[in-house]
Amino acid sequence: MASEHMSVEEVKKHTKVYWMIFGSLLVLTAVTVGISYIHLPFTFAVILALVVASTKASLVALYFMHLISEKTAIYLTLALTAVLFVILIVVPWMIPMGAMRSWLVS
Amino acid sequence: MAVHIPYIDKPNPVTGVTNAKLGVWLFLASEVMLFGALFSALITLRLGVSDWPHGYDVLNVPLATLNTVVLIFSSVTVVMAWASLKMHNLKQFKTYMSLTLLMSFIFLGIKAVEYGTKFSHGISPATSNFYAIYFVITGLHGLHILGGIIVNAYLLGPGSHMWKSEPERFTGRIECAGLYWHFVDLVWIFLFPILYLL
Repeated sequence: MASEHMSVEEVKKHTKVYWMIFGSLLVLTAVTVGISYIHLPFTFAVILALVVASTKASLVALYFMHLISEKTAIYLTLALTAVLFVILIVVPWMIPMGAMRSWLVS
Repeated sequence: MAVHIPYIDKPNPVTGVTNAKLGVWLFLASEVMLFGALFSALITLRLGVSDWPHGYDVLNVPLATLNTVVLIFSSVTVVMAWASLKMHNLKQFKTYMSLTLLMSFIFLGIKAVEYGTKFSHGISPATSNFYAIYFVITGLHGLHILGGIIVNAYLLGPGSHMWKSEPERFTGRIECAGLYWHFVDLVWIFLFPILYLL
């Protein structure tokens, strides 16, 4: 149910969920920091760090930002944003790194 | 002459959400692109140079971890502030919003300590590509925290008078401010491991 239409009783139930999510986020933060002390191979460390960060971000977006029960207009806005964001992140991988290195050094 | 903006407290029949809420989400979409461009720059720099330091070797991980906890807690307090208004409890709203502001100042204070230590050691954005992108991204994030403080302080202080006359609209404002604050938290959730822990 969208946040605008929640009754007092429903909000009361949600407040318990908010604190549970807070606890989960603290645990996941501890996991993120713990992983960094193991010094895993770089690629594996990056993937693991991003998986944990994405899980935390999803909890915040779904429950605190109420995306778990939002309207289609918001989902469509975010879907378009996600596509454009992925393009932005993929661009660096398309750049020939030899040319990039010589540009950065010069 | 005052111009009436429709659907600021009632959902727009076309979108199903208030115009204010849709507006905030569109703003956040633009913010995703702003920080996305900086993350893209970070990846480009990281791939382009061979000697990139590990964040945990050169940055203060315990302080950043503390800041992560502070920011996550502020995310809970701001959503609890909104929930308090939905439960018609203005006093509780003020308590949670004050806590949010307190956490915001603690976050900026810790960040100031981090920056101060770096500057005192002669480290600045000009030191290396790593520090250039570190200061730009965390500095922009810090400015967003500052922006959130201004908005939240207004809504806690003079802005809260709206609760008496237009409670639904005021609750909507808190939800919109909360969405922005959660976004600032989301950005930090990714910044923390990428800059400090890899």
